[in-house]
Amino acid sequence: MKTNDVILQTTAKVVFFIIFLFSIHIFFAGHYAPGGGFVGGLLTTGAIVLLLLAFDLRTIQQILPFNFTIMTAIGLLLALGTAAGSIFFNVPFFTHAFSDFDLPLFGHTSLHTAMLFDSGVYLVVVGSAITIIQSIGGDD
Amino acid sequence: MEFVLLIFLPVIFALLVPFAYKKIKGIHTGWFVLVVPLVLFGYYLSFLPLVMDGGHAISEMKWIPSLGIAFTSYIDGLSLLFTLLITGIGSLVVLYSVFYMDREKEDLGSFYVYLLIFMTAMLGVVQSDNTMTLYLFWELTSISSFLLIGFWYTKDKSRFGALKSMMITVFGGLMMLGAFILLSIMGETFSVRELIAQAPDLLNQPYFTLALVLLLLGAFTKSAQFPFYIWLPDAMEAPTPVSAYLHSATMVKAGIYLVARFTPIFGSASTWIWLVTGIGLLTLFWGSFFAVKQTDLKAILAFSTVSQLGLIMSLLGAGAISYHATAAMFGFATYAAIFHLINHAAFKGGLFMIAGIIDHETGTRDIRKLGGLMSVMPISFTVAAIGSLSMAGLPPFSGFLSKEMFLESMVALQHFELFNFDTWGILFPIVAWIASVFTFTYSMYFVLKTFIGQKKFDQLPKQPHEAPIGMLISPMILATIVILVFFIPNVIGKWIIKPAVMAVQPTLYASPSAVDIHVKAWHGFGAAGLWLTIGVVVFGTLLYLTIPKWQPLYRIQPDKLSLNNGYDAMMRGSEKGLNRVSRLYMTGKIRTYLLYMFAFMSVTIIAILFIKDAFVLDMNSFTAITLYGSLNAIVLILSVGFVVFAKSRLAAIIALGGVGYSVALFFVIFKAPDLALTQLVIETVSVALFLLAFKHLPALSTHGETKRNKMVNLIVSLSVGVMVTLVALSSHSQKMIPSISQYYKDTVETEAAGGNIVNVILVDYRGFDTFFEIAVLAIAGIAVLGMIRLRVSRKEPTDENK
Repeated sequence: MKTNDVILQTTAKVVFFIIFLFSIHIFFAGHYAPGGGFVGGLLTTGAIVLLLLAFDLRTIQQILPFNFTIMTAIGLLLALGTAAGSIFFNVPFFTHAFSDFDLPLFGHTSLHTAMLFDSGVYLVVVGSAITIIQSIGGDD
Repeated sequence: MEFVLLIFLPVIFALLVPFAYKKIKGIHTGWFVLVVPLVLFGYYLSFLPLVMDGGHAISEMKWIPSLGIAFTSYIDGLSLLFTLLITGIGSLVVLYSVFYMDREKEDLGSFYVYLLIFMTAMLGVVQSDNTMTLYLFWELTSISSFLLIGFWYTKDKSRFGALKSMMITVFGGLMMLGAFILLSIMGETFSVRELIAQAPDLLNQPYFTLALVLLLLGAFTKSAQFPFYIWLPDAMEAPTPVSAYLHSATMVKAGIYLVARFTPIFGSASTWIWLVTGIGLLTLFWGSFFAVKQTDLKAILAFSTVSQLGLIMSLLGAGAISYHATAAMFGFATYAAIFHLINHAAFKGGLFMIAGIIDHETGTRDIRKLGGLMSVMPISFTVAAIGSLSMAGLPPFSGFLSKEMFLESMVALQHFELFNFDTWGILFPIVAWIASVFTFTYSMYFVLKTFIGQKKFDQLPKQPHEAPIGMLISPMILATIVILVFFIPNVIGKWIIKPAVMAVQPTLYASPSAVDIHVKAWHGFGAAGLWLTIGVVVFGTLLYLTIPKWQPLYRIQPDKLSLNNGYDAMMRGSEKGLNRVSRLYMTGKIRTYLLYMFAFMSVTIIAILFIKDAFVLDMNSFTAITLYGSLNAIVLILSVGFVVFAKSRLAAIIALGGVGYSVALFFVIFKAPDLALTQLVIETVSVALFLLAFKHLPALSTHGETKRNKMVNLIVSLSVGVMVTLVALSSHSQKMIPSISQYYKDTVETEAAGGNIVNVILVDYRGFDTFFEIAVLAIAGIAVLGMIRLRVSRKEPTDENK
């Protein structure tokens, strides 16, 4: 049966980017405003799920040809690496470092290793959620 | 140099073995491995002069200082003797294995890795002064023995034998751990030396006897004493170099080592003397008696090892009597034990290698098919004859000397007057003598049936011929030692045995030279040992000649009453019984398990709330009821009701989403944007997930639930609800300690350079939690992937035998 979902597909194409960009924003804003890696990751997952509902699994795999299991692994390694990095500076495990920098284009920016840890969280959330969805949805 | 590190040399070398095996195909991996025991043997020889003067050497490496656990290498006469055995026999066995193990067919990488692990473990056992690390290495020997017995893992018998040895020796190891813990409670130290120093105080402690029995269980299981010996014959499934090394020369002697090492602590107790001597003699008799029943060459040797271990054990027990009686005769027993230990390692190692050669060159180890091999394998025959005659206790071989000392020690036992020995003591020499007769018989049985007699070459799978010279070198060296020791027993005594005797009985001798024993082959016609030996030879020959007449007697013992059958029944029974117990509550349905969890959780938490009087209700801190709040609550309750009473699953899923969204709205009302955001997205994603999985879910009504089931579900769900409500109310009202939120508020800028406390908690303050949460999330993802995508097809049976 062929379903008529032109409206859904057209909207999804646009909305996907809005949600995705919003999720990136919320991920970076996390340290000072509501948001963070966890919510950011979930939002990205939500955006992909929207695409999935509008199109089908094969299309999604063509658009986003990542191996999401490996993405999960990279995320875990990033998180562990950030936490473990501190022991090389002779401070306890999981000690974060931060400082202010004057970067071109961004101006005065505060950089924080917590952001690295948070991107690990982000990757794990997206990776494992999509892995689960692909496994369940792809089992025909 | 810190020589404690040398214990780890083999295992570190083991890391390189797989590379050598993979990359260098042209050379047998064994040649590389041979370096390790040779180097160690050479190095440890340099301790001889120090130890000969009664000195000792210690080297320590801290491991867990806070618990007092350290790797301590303590080298005195006893540990040096064992160390030299391990490295010396180890070198010969590795050399032998180079020719025994086929370079093309066998997985040499694994074989030598296991062997090197064993070497480290065994060195650790005999050198450790710290009981905890001694236990660690002890279990490691069990594990490496398991791996080596199961080396040909495609054979059912190998796996069975490996498991059996593991079950029995690990059981013993755990008992021994109990003994060590009791000793550390009594003596407040893990160090064996310190425990020995306070031995007189320990004697009167309440746990003393318990510790003694537990320790002996460890020693008896490892050294294959009655009734635990049953694992050793099954361990013969291992490749022959392994049998020669682990199951005759070294690992099975770990129990002997343990008994010798702890003699200064327990030796003065009558329980110790009775158990060690009694069980030792029983094992000696039992092993020698049943050895003649066997038809497999290696099985004969296994039973003979069991019996010889019993012999050494009984001598150690008799030696402990010297704490009570000053007669020189009893000091003699310990000397004889150590002496026989060395002799046994030499002749039995050689005999095992010969059994391997016969297997290798004829294709069978069944003694019924063998015969007349002397003409084609003259060198093997010579070595086998030397080994067997030494085992039988005949001159001019080293076994004669120690065997005669053994018989004389047993005769001396009847003159001991404490602990009822004056009544029962006479039994000891009688049992020992009968066992010696059987020992003579099976030694003859082993060598004569194989090499002399009728030639039956047509029954053999292979045309027999002499083994390659490389394979013969090791047994030839051992045979030479057997003869050499007979002629220079007192040199060996001075260099090796006396320091070891002093280590076993430190309170009796000030220095090794104070051990006043001179070994002679000839004591004159008045010596009891001489006449006993003559008797052994006469009766042993008679028994050997009449074997066909009385061998059928073994069939009288029904298989049902054998110890092996007992072990099998125990294993089967425990498997079945525990399976039945598990089946009682493991239904295989997630519903049931959730029910257990929720019931347990709610009952315990509610009970604790009331027992500890922790429930508090503080109405003052509640927020006023608002219009939006109450509307939202009504929606929430309605959607919960809808979930419960929905007729179709789709409706229930949507209603569940409604529950989630209204909770998210509460977060908005109470100004928790982070929570609200997360909750909203999670609801969206999880409803989508539900819909994706929708087609896989069974219809709603197929649970087959009865009214009673439904009542139980209702009660459990109600109690969970009550529990959560009570906990929520009291955690809101109970303010026993100030809230931590103030600390977060104060430090979020200064310490963490952040603005959003919720997120800073996630990534910084409680980063550990987050890290483990994402780890769990990743595991869940991979588990789902594994369960759905990587399902093994049920049609393909997994066969271990391939």
